[in-house]
Amino acid sequence: MNQKYAIALIVAALAFSAPALIAQPHGDAHSHPASASATKVSAVPGMPKFRFENFTTANGLPDNHVFSVLVDGDRIWAGTENGLAVYENHGWKTYTPADGLAHRAVLSLALDKRTGDVWAGTMGGLSRISSGRIDSFTQLNSGLSNDVVYGVSVEGEHVWVATAAGACMLDLHTNQWTLYNERNTPMNEIWVYAVSATPTKVYYAVWGSGLLEYDQKTGRWDKYDDPDGETEMVLFKDQGLIHEIVTSVSYIEKDNIVWAATYFGDSRYDGRYWHNFLTKDSGLPSNFTNTIKAVDANRAWFGTDKGLAYYDGANWAVYRPSLTTGKPEMTVRDARGKLTPIAVATAPAHNYVLGIDFQGSDIWVATAKGLSHGILQP
Amino acid sequence: MIRSFHSTLGARVALSLCAISVAVFCLPVRNGGRASASTGTGRDPEVLAYASPVEILFSPDGGRLYVLCQGTNEVRVLDARSYTPIKNVPVGHIPRGFSLSNDGKRLFVANTWDDAVSVIDTSSLDVVATWPVAAEPSSVVEDREGKHLFVANRISNDVAVLDAQTGAEEKRLAAGRGASYITPAPDGTKLYVTHIYPNPAKQPTPGGNRVPPESEITVIDAARAVVVDRMPLHRIAHSFHTAFSADGRLGVTANLHPKNLVPLAHLEHSGAFADTITLFGLDVGKPVELPLDELERYAVRPFGVAISPDKAHIYITCEGSEIVTVIDVARALRFIHTQAGPYVQDLSASANYVAARIEVGHDPRGVTFTPDGRNLLVANRLDDTIDIIDTSTNRTLRTIPLAGPKPISVLRHGEQAFYTARYSFQGQIGCANCHIDSTFDGMTWDLEPDGFGRDIVDNRPIEDLKDTEPYKWNGGNPNLPTECGPRTEKYFWRSENYDSLTLTDLVAYVRSLPSRPNRWRLAGGELTPAQDRGKALFERTQDKFGKPIPESNRCIFCHSGPKGTSQKSFDVGTKKATDNSGLLDTPQLTNIAITSPYLHDGSARTLEEIWTVYNPEDKHGRTNDLTKDELNDLIEYLRTR
Repeated sequence: MNQKYAIALIVAALAFSAPALIAQPHGDAHSHPASASATKVSAVPGMPKFRFENFTTANGLPDNHVFSVLVDGDRIWAGTENGLAVYENHGWKTYTPADGLAHRAVLSLALDKRTGDVWAGTMGGLSRISSGRIDSFTQLNSGLSNDVVYGVSVEGEHVWVATAAGACMLDLHTNQWTLYNERNTPMNEIWVYAVSATPTKVYYAVWGSGLLEYDQKTGRWDKYDDPDGETEMVLFKDQGLIHEIVTSVSYIEKDNIVWAATYFGDSRYDGRYWHNFLTKDSGLPSNFTNTIKAVDANRAWFGTDKGLAYYDGANWAVYRPSLTTGKPEMTVRDARGKLTPIAVATAPAHNYVLGIDFQGSDIWVATAKGLSHGILQP
Repeated sequence: MIRSFHSTLGARVALSLCAISVAVFCLPVRNGGRASASTGTGRDPEVLAYASPVEILFSPDGGRLYVLCQGTNEVRVLDARSYTPIKNVPVGHIPRGFSLSNDGKRLFVANTWDDAVSVIDTSSLDVVATWPVAAEPSSVVEDREGKHLFVANRISNDVAVLDAQTGAEEKRLAAGRGASYITPAPDGTKLYVTHIYPNPAKQPTPGGNRVPPESEITVIDAARAVVVDRMPLHRIAHSFHTAFSADGRLGVTANLHPKNLVPLAHLEHSGAFADTITLFGLDVGKPVELPLDELERYAVRPFGVAISPDKAHIYITCEGSEIVTVIDVARALRFIHTQAGPYVQDLSASANYVAARIEVGHDPRGVTFTPDGRNLLVANRLDDTIDIIDTSTNRTLRTIPLAGPKPISVLRHGEQAFYTARYSFQGQIGCANCHIDSTFDGMTWDLEPDGFGRDIVDNRPIEDLKDTEPYKWNGGNPNLPTECGPRTEKYFWRSENYDSLTLTDLVAYVRSLPSRPNRWRLAGGELTPAQDRGKALFERTQDKFGKPIPESNRCIFCHSGPKGTSQKSFDVGTKKATDNSGLLDTPQLTNIAITSPYLHDGSARTLEEIWTVYNPEDKHGRTNDLTKDELNDLIEYLRTR
């Protein structure tokens, strides 16, 4: 790891472990469930407006630092710094290490849609929550490669895991762990931040080692790098991955489209062409992107350190507390670059966004100071 | 009808007067025939194929009785009025559970050693399909709509969900450890799964895994095919059948509740097990555990359960006591609604609700009511009989013998001695209490009378024991006759000694127990790449730095030979402050993947913890130079042993 990466890595680690230090100052008048009705100002056609209801410790969340969020039908799971919370029947229930959770800090969440089991990646191992029973896998009691589990994704009987010391996969049928690291993949660095698994392909976002692709059929690995090499300068835009420090990945299998987030901009790849997104030439509010969640081949949501952003394939919308006043704001940037502020009464709990998931037409957002429920407005 | 073990024994004595030494039986029982065993004794050298009925059920029209025969690997179909044979339908190896489809047209059988479900057409009485499932299927149930088939897998600890028409597996639901019996609620909306092993301890216990067991009843939504609830069974290690009242308001599960935290030497104070049932449902409220035992009248190893159609009585087969315990439901409900619990430690409690104890045959297992609800049928596994009990008088009306060998062979007699509780003080326990279904119990025990909390020991499996002596973790017993004889009699039974004939037969039975199939081995004995790498690590003589590993610190030195034991004792650095000695017998590796916890005191919950937690000084093999990948490879290889 070169010095430049080391510095970036430390910055990122600080941001991750203490996001409030990095996040912009803001007011908290909007950090409670919104009571104001939706404004009548019309947005750019097609750009969704939301009324955000925010959950914090004031209304039952175990901690305001929310790293991850998962929608499971009517239930909402929130991975916080102080336990795994589930919102059900208008109330929160929290699981902690006393219940068997591997660690109190829950970084990532995944749902096994077949069984209903929830998998939680924590700072101390991987936990399966199955109808109230928690089974935890650690680097000491199982084949898990490392206890710091940044990402988890379930596909069939396989649980794919991203850890601070490589990637791994648990086969639920055989209980066998397969480890992926510098010894058997093109992974130069082994700090793996995120994973997106499907029956055909599995993508790993690797901190400092680009984007890794595993072909489930052939068992082969491929690697996507920043064509500029190890630099924050963008010399070859739209020629490849925007940067080697990849923080999040979202693969749309039916369209064979992969979206990748980095701390220096974001990328979309359709198997042939790359498209990069930077603040300077898009509506992305910040290049520092923690998470990316694709809707389909053309639409995606971005969680940055300066707000929540939505891209519909042409236009952008940013939802956040104002960076200067802390007041709720929504800004639309059309395909020509024209900015239009939209009057709104609510915004996500904080502009440092770490997790996103969808509930029908609604959106749930994990932030550094609370969990937000964006309710789509007509 | 009164049965006497000793009268049977008397017959056996007459048959076996020439017994002079321990026989060595290694042959498996062959389906439907007789096979000669190699023995140097002058006693009956034959291994006989006994039917060994474990489960029974009537056809929907009441015309047939289906009997699942574990010993002969078949379903026997009897005329339900005359109990005469109609047909024997061969199924897979060691079947354990069966059930009818909702339309009664198909009979599903779970074959434990084949990892398969046999589908029998009930009109032709032929096996029309055999569907592969996961490890050691033990129970199978179809949902009400005929959409899914649910299979409880004992070794893979899950419930497989199959397409009920094609047998294609759709998914597996995480169950508890040792998932074995599935019972649908009367309305079919929920399935209740019980388990024969306790769930793994949640937290590591550096002091020696000295924790009470915890189990669960896994509740599955049949329509959605997902787990929706887990009813905790605190301090219960082993659960067997569940039954419901016809109105669905009362559920009952048969349990074994070990008292593993106090020395087993306290058997005279009822210190080993409580034999219990758990009542649950709307009639009960919060689930309640009720003991069945009474001083000097124990109900050892409750297994099969049935509730009478009028919900007046619950009938529970008790394997070790060879009885059916009858519970008066109204009195039981009144008791739990008026008396504050917990009740498990109270040997006077059962007098409030036990209505009768009916003697039946050896190792009674499955029960079912006749279609008219008047009689109860009981399958006596180790007698090859079915008792018919008049539930109005609680007396045995008739005993139906199943076709098969009549002589009691050495192995059969030994097996009867293994499963009965009548040798222990007040008939409290039998060998099978800790060696569930002749295997292990997943527990650690405070066995010796050397003080509370001293010398905690893990219960080792007893399959394929030949050539693994000495026994006990301290290697103190040189052979099985010592282990099963004086040691068991003195420390466990605290009662009468076996006569020499029974001890001989018991030892022969234990020594005959084969190892179940290893699920991690590929067909043909080949190894996967990870297993192959692990084998090289297991056999290596140099560490990763090129330094020679002392012979005594190589895996293969202590765990040598085909069963992975040098049969010698070593100090591998795992002695706890509560242990009297650190010198420990080398355990065999047979099927080690499924026998957690590990180490002499069960302190390692998983194979990984043996080395990641309990081998800081490399005394238990040189392993601290290994990467995580390599340790995983080593474990993958060990799983093939």
